[in-house]
Amino acid sequence: MLLPQTHGHSTSPFEPACLTPGPPCARLSAHPASTAHPPPPTDGIFHSRLGGGERPRAKPADGTFHRGGEGGRAARGRRAVGRARPPQRPSPPRGRGFRAPSSNEEQPLSPPSLCVAAMTQSVLVQVGQCGNQVGCRFWDLALREHAAVNKKGIYDEALSSFFRNVDTRSGEDGRDISKGKICSLKARALLIDMEEGVVNEILQGPLRDVFDSRQLITDVSGSGNNWAVGHKLYGCQYQENIVEKLRKTAEHCDCLQCFFIIHSMGGGTGSGLGTFVLNLLEDEFPEVYRFVTSVYPSGEDDVITSPYNSVLAMKELNEHADCVLPIENESLFDIVNKIHQMVNSGKLGSIVKQNSLVTSSAGSTKTVQEKPFDAMNNIIANLLLNLTSSARFEGSLNMDLNEISMNLVPFPRLHYLVSSLTPLYTLTDVNVPSRRLDQMFSDAFSRDHQLIQADPKHSLYLACALLVRGNVQVSDLRRNIERLKPSLHFVSWNQEGWKTGLCSVPPVGHSHSLLALANNTCVKPTFMELKERFMKLYKKKAHLHHYLHIDGMEQSCFSEAISSLSDLIEEYNELDATKAFQPLQLSRMTCRVPTSCHSKMRLGQLPPKLSV
Amino acid sequence: MSIVTVQLGQCGNQIGHEVFNAICSDVHGTHGLCSKKENESYHEASKERFFSEEKSGVPVARAVLVDMEPKVISQTLSIAARSGCWKYDDRSHFCQKQGSGNNWANGYSVHGPKHKDRIMNLVRKEAEKCDRLSGFFTIMSMAGGTGSGLGAFVTQCLKDAFPASFILNHVIWPYGTGEVIVQNYNSVLTLSHLYRSSDALLVHENDVIHKICAQLMNIKQISFRDVNQVIAHQLGSVFQPIYTGAGPLHYSRSPLGDLMETLVPHPEFKMLGLRNIPQMPENSLAYSTFSWPGLIKHLRQMLIANATMEEGIDWQVRPPRPGSSIPSKHSTSKSLHFNTSIANLVLLRGKDMHSADLGSFQDPALYTSWLNPQDAFNLWKTPRAFNKYEKSAALVSNSQFLLKPLDNLVGKAWNMFASKAYIHQYTKFGIEEEDFLDSFTALEQVISSYTTL
Repeated sequence: MLLPQTHGHSTSPFEPACLTPGPPCARLSAHPASTAHPPPPTDGIFHSRLGGGERPRAKPADGTFHRGGEGGRAARGRRAVGRARPPQRPSPPRGRGFRAPSSNEEQPLSPPSLCVAAMTQSVLVQVGQCGNQVGCRFWDLALREHAAVNKKGIYDEALSSFFRNVDTRSGEDGRDISKGKICSLKARALLIDMEEGVVNEILQGPLRDVFDSRQLITDVSGSGNNWAVGHKLYGCQYQENIVEKLRKTAEHCDCLQCFFIIHSMGGGTGSGLGTFVLNLLEDEFPEVYRFVTSVYPSGEDDVITSPYNSVLAMKELNEHADCVLPIENESLFDIVNKIHQMVNSGKLGSIVKQNSLVTSSAGSTKTVQEKPFDAMNNIIANLLLNLTSSARFEGSLNMDLNEISMNLVPFPRLHYLVSSLTPLYTLTDVNVPSRRLDQMFSDAFSRDHQLIQADPKHSLYLACALLVRGNVQVSDLRRNIERLKPSLHFVSWNQEGWKTGLCSVPPVGHSHSLLALANNTCVKPTFMELKERFMKLYKKKAHLHHYLHIDGMEQSCFSEAISSLSDLIEEYNELDATKAFQPLQLSRMTCRVPTSCHSKMRLGQLPPKLSV
Repeated sequence: MSIVTVQLGQCGNQIGHEVFNAICSDVHGTHGLCSKKENESYHEASKERFFSEEKSGVPVARAVLVDMEPKVISQTLSIAARSGCWKYDDRSHFCQKQGSGNNWANGYSVHGPKHKDRIMNLVRKEAEKCDRLSGFFTIMSMAGGTGSGLGAFVTQCLKDAFPASFILNHVIWPYGTGEVIVQNYNSVLTLSHLYRSSDALLVHENDVIHKICAQLMNIKQISFRDVNQVIAHQLGSVFQPIYTGAGPLHYSRSPLGDLMETLVPHPEFKMLGLRNIPQMPENSLAYSTFSWPGLIKHLRQMLIANATMEEGIDWQVRPPRPGSSIPSKHSTSKSLHFNTSIANLVLLRGKDMHSADLGSFQDPALYTSWLNPQDAFNLWKTPRAFNKYEKSAALVSNSQFLLKPLDNLVGKAWNMFASKAYIHQYTKFGIEEEDFLDSFTALEQVISSYTTL
């Protein structure tokens, strides 16, 4: 594209990938305050706002560019049809999944071009400094991934799962376009921070067009690393605002399936307000899944009160999340170092594909200088991308998001999933021996690929999911499961606790990749360490007064939180204790059939009730 | 007569598509090595059975596609439309946005009742298109949520809405290790519910087909497509037109009715297994010749030794000698391996099938004592060769084929149930512990019935 760039960073996020044929979208303001834009009159004025120089209007690929005209009409027409139908639903939907009132689900598909936005959508809620930084990397890499797959610049179902396509001409509250060319992509996201720094930075950066001011909630004074300030004080203060914005976001979704919360456990805003949002989600959208990506503080964390914050937050996660993906900074750091070594060792240096690094931003839209945490945050972003890949792209064995909790959470509170991503990078030689494919599977179970400091191989598996992307077939899966199984301990009642998914679209730069999610007792040490550090402070009542002077914060909050954590650890202990037993054959129900046709049945003893 | 196929869930839709492909390529791709007249009537009967005619001339599959998420259906529809050989009806599918999440309860108690009217409407429309309806053929997996849960519900609805039609459920048995973690629960619930409402269950085990792909078809990197194609071939070899019994020679009798009549003599026994011989990569076919006695000898040994394919059959297994109802000590292990049948049906397709002698299948020792071997064994045949195989034989058997996998599956599910793992996921959608217990009871009953044959 011939775009004279006046500022190094001023390219629209989509342009490098030719996703948007048209000019960048309307919401250019860097400041959430300046919401009152007039409808953009001409493109000229439009651009002068952006970069100061005139930028010629980018030529769309096929020479025609509808700013939602056609697509918009089509969408309206369809919706009208949807409404004209008599209501056919006898009972309210009971299944999970929030449906917006305008949902046109009664509409049959209209082949051959099946209706766009027929898939489910997810909303990302990023809270606090860490949450927003990680979230920012996620959106960047998500755009990169879709740009690599979606060459035509058509707003398709895969894109719709995380992005709205908005006609920015129709004024402030841009209309959603459900068909046709990409006009302006808006992230299905809510950005919450009680400081302005990080969010402002995002809004000044290249991703600003993906968000608009109605997706932001910020304050100026921060939470002071105090869970109570975030959860109780700001929670109360911002509750209505948060709920309203969540509802708005949800209304834009056809079939909202999942909320992803990204936050850190150690600070004040992420842990306090983040878990407050989690509770709100449960109240407001009980049918929508809640996946939480929690970044746990490392042992030598510089926030003194981080054990308090984490334990208080853990109680909320225990009770209100469907799945939690715990992540430790230390592990991310180790992985980044490992990759760094491999790339610079010279041995591989020249043949590692740069854009295949799990930490890499190469090829993404963000061309400004990388920040130190970007590499680490990219790992989390990739985790989320792989997790949702099967919900976005097709494959021979789909794995929807709701299958994750169904398969991996045998007991409601044990919903902490240890994750690992492999391969960390890909070599450039094209021939992929199956040995390397097998290596990918082996690595996923090794200690140094886990995203927390844990060793799943020497602990007990309750369940394990393998989400494979790219050119991998079911026989590769079976071979590797057979190969790895003997070295892993599975709980006696789930000796074959494998869930597998095959998605045909690999991540950018890879031919294949694997995300392993393990419900494994190896998370226990992390929790025990947390408890220990909590008790060290709590015994001396250190820093307690900072919390107790917040309205609604009682000493009992602490005791309840720590007992919730202790209970969780105890549940893992009980399971670990069963590891010593051989899988025992329980007496089954017996049926006596004197002759094959007449039957007299006797029920054997019922299973002993185990209290878990 | 016609069969309406109901494809349920990802697995059901993928397999259904391959089945219609296989039928279409059998009809159009080959001339069947038989007389032109023979081929024409075969062609016609097959068309009536599986396709309806549209103005455009492209045959339209008599099928209803149902899934709770859109990806697979949209893919299936467009691939079929692109083939040009046949297609699905534009309106004969139903999908939602969000899958059942591997949760049987979600499919059975939530999606089922909620979408019953619309799904049954589609089925009714499809049924009305048939001049003569033989029955329904549902394709589903047991492991997932949609195929299994919704499938069980839809089967029940079919039973209620079409009491006079036959329902044959084609069920995919999941891999022994890990496709879906709650697969054993889902399977127990599915099988027990199908046993109530279905006329017969035709079972394919993924593990078995996978082995066939690896050893007989010589496929290195096996994909689901390969597995599904083998399944489709086997189904085609049963459901393509064939002359049944000794009656007048015409193809168009009730395919499902005949099958039930010959194979399901008692409602307590309705698990059918399918074996097929020969099976090999297409490019080796030209270099192979088969003789009927050889094929039949293998097929019989596959039956009595419960072998899943023609390779690696245990030739030591012999039927127990008549009169020795209590086997002597050192023959115990062997007779344990012996697979007792209730009823068998052999289908022969190809040249000179009249010369084939099936006497070995009529041995009373093969069958349970309470059924007359003359009634327990049936032979159907046609000179029309199937799918490029000069001669081929298929065996549909109501026997102890599935006893061991069923016993394993129920055992594993029971183990998990004893620790109460995952139960909360089901109670969330209204399937309580009592429902599980009922299902376990029903299946233990089936196991013990088959064991005591």
